[in-house]
Amino acid sequence: MLVASLLVASFVIFAALYLAPGNPISALSGGRSLPASSIAVLEQRYHLNESFLAQYWYWLDNVLHGNLGISITLRENVSTLIASRVWTTAGLVLYASLIIGVLGIGIGIVAGLRPGVLDTGTLVTTAVSAAIPAFVAAIVLILLFAVRLGWFPALGNGTDLASNIRHFTLPAIALAISSLAIVARVTRASIREEGEREHVQTAVSRGIPARKVIQRHILRNAAIPITTVTGITIASLIAVAAVVEVAFGLNGLGAYLVQAAESKDLAVVQGISLVLVTAFVVVNLLVDVLYAVLDPRVTLGSRAG
Amino acid sequence: MSATAPLAGPAVPRGPVAPRSGPGAARRGRVLGALALLRATGPVGIASAVIIAIAILVAVFGTFIAPYDPNLPNLSLAWGAPSGGHLLGYDFQGRDVLSRLLVGAGTALLGPLAVVAGAMVAGVLLAVTAAWRRGASDAVISSGLDILFAFPGILLAVLAAAVFGPGLAAAAIALAVAYMPYVARVLRGAALKERSQPYVAALEVQGASAASICFRHLIPNMGPLIVAQATILFGYAMVDLAAISFLGLGVQPPEPNWGVMISENQVGLAQGYPLPALVACACIVVVVIAVNLLGERLFEQAQRTYR
Amino acid sequence: MSAPLLEVDGLTVLLDVEGAQRAVLRDIAFTMQPGEAVGLVGESGSGKSMTARAIGRLLPRGAEIQGSIRFRGGDIGSLSGAALRRYRGQVAMIFQDPRAHINPVRRIGDFMTEALRTNLGVPADQARRRAADMLAQVGIEDGTRRLRQYPHQMSGGMLQRIMIAAALLTEPRLLLADEPTTALDVTTQAEVMAILDDLRRDFGLTILFITHDLELAAAICDRTVVMYAGQIAEVRASSLLHDDPLHPYTAALAAARPDITQTAHRLRAIPGRPLSAFEAPPAECAFAPRCPHARDICLQAVPDLAELDGGLSRCARAHELRGQLQEVPRA
Repeated sequence: MLVASLLVASFVIFAALYLAPGNPISALSGGRSLPASSIAVLEQRYHLNESFLAQYWYWLDNVLHGNLGISITLRENVSTLIASRVWTTAGLVLYASLIIGVLGIGIGIVAGLRPGVLDTGTLVTTAVSAAIPAFVAAIVLILLFAVRLGWFPALGNGTDLASNIRHFTLPAIALAISSLAIVARVTRASIREEGEREHVQTAVSRGIPARKVIQRHILRNAAIPITTVTGITIASLIAVAAVVEVAFGLNGLGAYLVQAAESKDLAVVQGISLVLVTAFVVVNLLVDVLYAVLDPRVTLGSRAG
Repeated sequence: MSATAPLAGPAVPRGPVAPRSGPGAARRGRVLGALALLRATGPVGIASAVIIAIAILVAVFGTFIAPYDPNLPNLSLAWGAPSGGHLLGYDFQGRDVLSRLLVGAGTALLGPLAVVAGAMVAGVLLAVTAAWRRGASDAVISSGLDILFAFPGILLAVLAAAVFGPGLAAAAIALAVAYMPYVARVLRGAALKERSQPYVAALEVQGASAASICFRHLIPNMGPLIVAQATILFGYAMVDLAAISFLGLGVQPPEPNWGVMISENQVGLAQGYPLPALVACACIVVVVIAVNLLGERLFEQAQRTYR
Repeated sequence: MSAPLLEVDGLTVLLDVEGAQRAVLRDIAFTMQPGEAVGLVGESGSGKSMTARAIGRLLPRGAEIQGSIRFRGGDIGSLSGAALRRYRGQVAMIFQDPRAHINPVRRIGDFMTEALRTNLGVPADQARRRAADMLAQVGIEDGTRRLRQYPHQMSGGMLQRIMIAAALLTEPRLLLADEPTTALDVTTQAEVMAILDDLRRDFGLTILFITHDLELAAAICDRTVVMYAGQIAEVRASSLLHDDPLHPYTAALAAARPDITQTAHRLRAIPGRPLSAFEAPPAECAFAPRCPHARDICLQAVPDLAELDGGLSRCARAHELRGQLQEVPRA
C-alpha cells in the first residue's frame, strides 16, 4: 500500500510536467526563452525524445538516487536546495506536534474526566480555536506578541538553537492552534465514551480503585482513537506548514515551494512535492502501525474507516 | 364499572421504532424534512445557519450593496482610519475596507461551495457505486481512494498552481479532487449499511433498476449524513482556499478576497495599521465557526438516524 | 435459621429521568440466606437489573436511595473507600453481554487477575495460577494458554464462563448474575447454568439469578421473586410457582411460554406492554390494566405485599384467586 501510494503520487507529480500548457521544455524553463545549448541539455537530461513511460522511469530512477533535477531560477541542485531548508520545516512541524500532543491531549483528558465548568469552558474555547486557520492565527499572534508586546520576533529563522526556538514559537503555535482544538475535542469525546462502556463498569464492580480504572481501562482504550486522530492531524501539518512559513518569513520547504510555484520552477516544485508527499504517506503509515499495536483486534493493513 | 366484567384495555403498544421511510419522500416532504432537521440542531445550530445564510447573501449581492468601489486605489488615503461612510477605514492602497470585505465574500464563499459540490458529487457516486456493487468493484474503488489519500489539499492546489498558473479555478478543482477520497470513504460505510436494509431487497425483487433504487431511495435516505458531511467539508474548503489565496496562488489581487486581503495588509501590522488584516481574519473565523457548529450538530442528527 | 446474608428492606430508588426524580424501584424487600439461590424474574423495565445494581452499589450518579440493604448485618449504603472495596470483593457481579463487559484490548489473564493483584496484593504469577485453576473449574481446558489470549479470539459462551471464573477468584459470598445466559444460544445456556449450579454447591455460593425466563430461574433457584413495574409482585418457592402462582402476572408469564408438549391455536401473550416503574400509577395496582382478573378493588390503592401460604403476593385478590390462576381465562 505504501509503495503503491508513493508510486502513484510520484507519477502524478511527474505527469504535472506534461499537464502544463505548452511543451515540456517551456514548462521546465517556466516560459523563459533559453539558448539552444540549454535546450539540448534539457532534452538530454530529461530524455525528452523518448516515450512517456521511459521518461518516467528515468526520472524515478534519478529521484531514487537523490537526483531531483536542477532549479531553473537558482541554477543549483534541487536536492541541495531542499536539504538546506528541510530542517526548518521539520523543526516547525515537530515543535507544533509537541504542542498539539501535550496540550491537546492533556486538555482533552482533563476535560473528559471532569465534567463541569472546566469542561464547558474547554468545549467553547476549542469550538472557537478549531475555526482559526493557521494564517489567521499567525496574523493575530504577530500583532499581539511580536508587535505590541515584543516578546517574540515576527519574522525569520533565527541563528542558533536558542534563537531558533524563539523564532519558531509563534509559528509553531499558529500552526498548532486549530489542530490542538480538534485533538482536544476528540480526546475529550473518546474519554467520555470510553468511561461509559460496560467493561469499565465491570472493573468498578470489582472494587478496582478509580485511578487504576482510569489508567488501565479508560485511558488505555481511548488511546486508540486519540492516537489515530492525533497522527492524522500531525500529518496534515506537513502541508499547512507552508502557509505559516510564508506568514512568518521562515526559510522552509513550504515557503520555497510557493515561491517556486509562482516562478514556475517546475523541477523544484516536483522535488519538494515529492518530499512532502512521502513524509505525509510515511506519517500516515506510522499511524496505521501504531493503531495495530494498540488494538489487538486489528491486523496491519486495515484502519477503521 | 361492573363487579364482574374484566377490565378491558389493550394499551397501545409502543412497538418497534417506526421504520425510516423506504421510498424517498415527496418533494414537499423533503423541504419540510430539511427544515425539521435544522430545527433539531437546537438554538446553536439555527443561529449558525442564520449567520451562514447572511454570509451567503452578502457573497451573492456583495457587489450591489458595497458602498464604494472596492478596486479604486487612492494612495493618499492609504491606511486611513475609519471615518464617515468608511466604517472600516482604508487598506494599504487606500481602498475602502468594508466594500472590499463585502465584495470579497463572493470568492471567499462561492469558491468553497464549488469545491464542496464537486467533492460531494464525485464522492457520493463513488461511494454508492462501491457499496452497491461490492466485491471486486468495491475493492478497486477503495484501493484507488486509499492511494489518492496521499495528497493533502493544499499541496495539490500548489501543484496545480505551478502547472496551470495561479487562480481560483485551478485551486478549487485541486481541492475537490483532494477531498473526494475522504468523502467517499465516509459515505461508503453509510451506503453499505443502507444497501443491506430490507427495503432495498424488496425493491430489487419488484424489478426496480439499480440506478432508480440508488437515486430515488438510497441516496435520499443518506440525506442527513450527506448534508452534515457537506457542511463540515465547506469549513475545510473555506480555510484551505483562503490559505491558498493568502499564499498568492488562488484569487489574484487586485480582486478582493478575504485571504488575499490578509496577505496584502499584513505589512500594516508592524506599522500600526492592523485593522484591514484583522477584519478580514474576523470574517473568516466567524463564518467558519458557524459552519463548524452547524456541521457538528447536523452530524449528530445524522448519527441518530443510524443508531 | 442462621442470620441472613442479604436483607433488602423498603428499598426505593429514584433516578433523574428527563429532568424529574422518578422511582425506578418501589419498596423492594426480600432476604437471602447463605447458600440459597434466589431467582429475580421480570420483563424489561421491571427493575430487576436495577435491584442488582443497587445491591452491587453500581447505581448511576445522582441516584437517590431510600430504605436499606444490609449485607451480613452491615448497611452497605454507608460504605466507602477501602471498606467499599472489601464489600465489592465479597459481592461479585456477572453481566449479560460478556463481550461488552470485558475490556477488548487487554488479555484474558489481565482481566481475570486484576482484582487479585490490585486489591488483594496477590503476586502476578500466583494470581495467574489461580486463574488457570478456576478456568478448569468452569470447564475451560488449557487455562494458561487462554490467559494469554484476547477476548475477540473467543466465543460468547466461553467469555461468559471466563467472566464467572473471574468473579469467583476473589471468593465472594454473594454472586449477582444479571441475565448471564440471555445473550447465549440455548445449548450454551444449559452449560452455563450447570456450571453455576455446580459452583454453588462446591463453593457454598449465594446466588441472585436475574432473568426474564421463569422456567430458567426455576431450574436452579429455590425461591423466585417476580417483579413488575419496579415492585415485587410475588415471592414463592420455585417448585410451586408454575402450578400454584399467587399473582395473576406470574400466572400470565408462566402461561405465555409456549409448551412443546401441547398444540395451541394462539400464543398466549399478555395484552398491552410492560410498565416501567416510573410509569406506574401511584394509587392502584400497576398490573390492573392488563390483568384479566382486575376488579374495582384493584384500582383503589397499591396492594400490599401480603403473606400467603409461605409466599408473598402483591395482589388485592390473592386469596380469592387462589387455585384459579393457572388457567388464564380467555379475555
